[in-house]
Amino acid sequence: MMNMDKGGGGGGGTLSMASSGEGVSGQFPAGLRVLVVDDDLTCLKILERMLHHCLYEVTTCSQAVVALSILREKKYMFDLVLSDVHMPDMDGFKLLEHIGLEMDLPVIMMSMDDKKEVVMKGVTHGACDYLIKPIRMEAIKNIWQHVVRKRRNELKELEQSGSVEDGERIRKPSDDADNASSANEGSWKNSKKRKEEEDEEDRDDSSTLKKQRVVWSVELHQQFVAAVNQLSIDKAVPKKILELMNVPGLTRENVASHLQKYRLYLKRLSGGPQTGLNTPFMGTSDANFGPMSSFDGFNLQSLTVPGQLPPQSLATLQAGGLARVTAHGGMNMQIADQRNLFSAETPRLRFGVGPQLSNNNQVNLLRGLPSSMEQKQLTHLHQPVQSFGNTSLQSFGNTGLQVSEGSSRYVKLPMGSLGTGSSARVDPVHRNESNALMMQMAQSQLRGQLFSNEIAGRVLGGNGAVTNGRGAVQNPVSQASPMADFSMKRVTDLTGHGFPLGSSAGVPSLQSAGTFQDGGSSGVKGPRGFNPSYDIFNELQQNKTPDWDLQSVGLTFDTSRNTNPAQCNIDPSLSGLGQQGFLSSQKNREREEQHGNPEISQCHENLRVENDFRVKTESLPELNSDNFVYTRHWGQDDLMSALLKQQQDGIGPVETELNFDGYSMDNISA
Amino acid sequence: MSKLDGWFVQSGSGSGSGYLDDQFIQLEELQDDANPNFVEEVVTLFFGDSTRLIFNIEQALDKKPLDFNKLDTFMHQFKGSSSSIGAKKVKNECTQFREYCRQGNGEGCIRTFQQLKKEYATLRKKLENYFQLARQAGPTETACRPK
Repeated sequence: MMNMDKGGGGGGGTLSMASSGEGVSGQFPAGLRVLVVDDDLTCLKILERMLHHCLYEVTTCSQAVVALSILREKKYMFDLVLSDVHMPDMDGFKLLEHIGLEMDLPVIMMSMDDKKEVVMKGVTHGACDYLIKPIRMEAIKNIWQHVVRKRRNELKELEQSGSVEDGERIRKPSDDADNASSANEGSWKNSKKRKEEEDEEDRDDSSTLKKQRVVWSVELHQQFVAAVNQLSIDKAVPKKILELMNVPGLTRENVASHLQKYRLYLKRLSGGPQTGLNTPFMGTSDANFGPMSSFDGFNLQSLTVPGQLPPQSLATLQAGGLARVTAHGGMNMQIADQRNLFSAETPRLRFGVGPQLSNNNQVNLLRGLPSSMEQKQLTHLHQPVQSFGNTSLQSFGNTGLQVSEGSSRYVKLPMGSLGTGSSARVDPVHRNESNALMMQMAQSQLRGQLFSNEIAGRVLGGNGAVTNGRGAVQNPVSQASPMADFSMKRVTDLTGHGFPLGSSAGVPSLQSAGTFQDGGSSGVKGPRGFNPSYDIFNELQQNKTPDWDLQSVGLTFDTSRNTNPAQCNIDPSLSGLGQQGFLSSQKNREREEQHGNPEISQCHENLRVENDFRVKTESLPELNSDNFVYTRHWGQDDLMSALLKQQQDGIGPVETELNFDGYSMDNISA
Repeated sequence: MSKLDGWFVQSGSGSGSGYLDDQFIQLEELQDDANPNFVEEVVTLFFGDSTRLIFNIEQALDKKPLDFNKLDTFMHQFKGSSSSIGAKKVKNECTQFREYCRQGNGEGCIRTFQQLKKEYATLRKKLENYFQLARQAGPTETACRPK
């Protein structure tokens, strides 16, 4: 069971970090999203109170297994996990291990047991801290530092690793850009990128599209570790490990991916290398990075690799992708499965819009998808693809992205490219050409620009690119959220174009994207997203804070899920570069149907950017479905995210399946 | 001056004799206008949960041979929640119990458990009285929290 509580006061969630590195803005710790896991209800209650007292947003959970499922569903919604060691259903260290491998969140262990061996076990399993019970307020007050530290370390890792791949450079720039924007926005949360590693993996594996998703059970992992230890970590190569493990069905790619993750995991344990890249924005950078990496090199393939991209990275991707896409003028769709990354996770499709390095190249997002994605997902993809075909993006000032799921639904997301006027309109039909699975990418015209300026680059990319990229991103039901993300990011990017980096909302959108994804996965986005802490929306809300206001971009976001396959058209028209106009508040309305059938529920999201951008949601008659779990309004740059519409139609059983695969309504805790 | 002074925290002579320790005071500090009954709620939760634990332990103590691992696990939980509310004496008994578990001393476990239950009952009574008093005292008194 779990309770979701909104953190008390303190501006509800505005987490803003100063753009200058470790500088943390005054409210920073407030709104820290903490998941507490303890089977002792008394302790749980006290901890909850203590955390609230620190203005953190608290989610409590009395079972490790439940905590894990929550995290798998909404990993983006948490900044930190506080877990007891001794729990009847699952040992705290096991939970810790899972979290370390799957979501890479900072975990603090707590126990009355202060024996050195036990504490050491916490350290070796990757806990960032070990608190001796009874927990004192003094300790709780400072737990936020682990979040900051982790982000810093991750940034450093990224930078270091950057040299490894071409894409790295790109990453950094983008990161910077993101940071800048994020800094303004104060979207500290946006920056949660947790898994660059995964991105890297993705890249590596991108060539192997057929990678099969493998669930790395504890047993399998132990076999893996045994093999690695036998070979020694330095000499362990996937092929040898595979031979040693001798597990039927396991492929070299599976092992390679896991090995990479494992290495990162070890690296984290050892403190990881720290590079000098201290981007001021710790938080933002993270989020950005993930995507960035994937985008690095602008390899469509990498983008395409569905499974490889972690959710976070997706978000990033989206953000980055958007920017890049815009830069390119073409939009790439990526579908990534987070699941691949995480063995246990429910399958999610992610949509990434990635710019392609190669101009005018068509990228098949889908192809990559299949491997990572389950068949169902694949089907989804197909549908989405088709829908893409349907979607027409209007470019010129406005870029419209339509995401249609299945013929029945499609969402158009017009993105206004602020400055660009590139009115490239892409005919939907066009898109259709591509195989159902294939997405065509618009040419990347701008990519060069992107590189030149990190920030600028993105922004530039935004021009026209969006229009071109009219490719619709669709997420099948489950992915609906991702789509939302997409649009969000794109929007951001777009705004970025016209706008000064600072003004651009792009950064924020990233996070939001992540949120969406989460929502998508659950089938009911609204709920997740809107959950107190982690949803992107939440973030957005938090973002509402001044920082966001600064960003002119306001999106009105209505996410409603209609049972009907209603179509949503979002026509954001960006009128002016001035983006400032974005004051418009964003409203997110998510209606979730927690009906047993995810299919039924549809989501419409309307984003309105008051100024220039308007997202129109067309047909949402059904929006007011009974299932309104949640309605929120926020004004953020992330409005872009609003663009992401998720329509989940129960229309086709297939879709449903796809969308909701892995996400059983039951799992959704609302 | 804490209301608790003389009641629990400093009662008795010597360091080990108080029923409650500083942790309880911390709980009181977490109680505010938004959570006016926080301490009582926590304590109620504790007694509800620990009643179940005591029952489990009693059952485990009736089984021969004693399963010390199981007993230790139960007592670990008991100790955890006891310490979280600052139930000092009860916690000390838990510690002792676990030590006997480690030694495989069944007699010691049983004896300690009896003592534990006694302390537990005493604490419960004292706390009930305390909350009753606090309610009678009203907000003014309540505001005067131990520092």
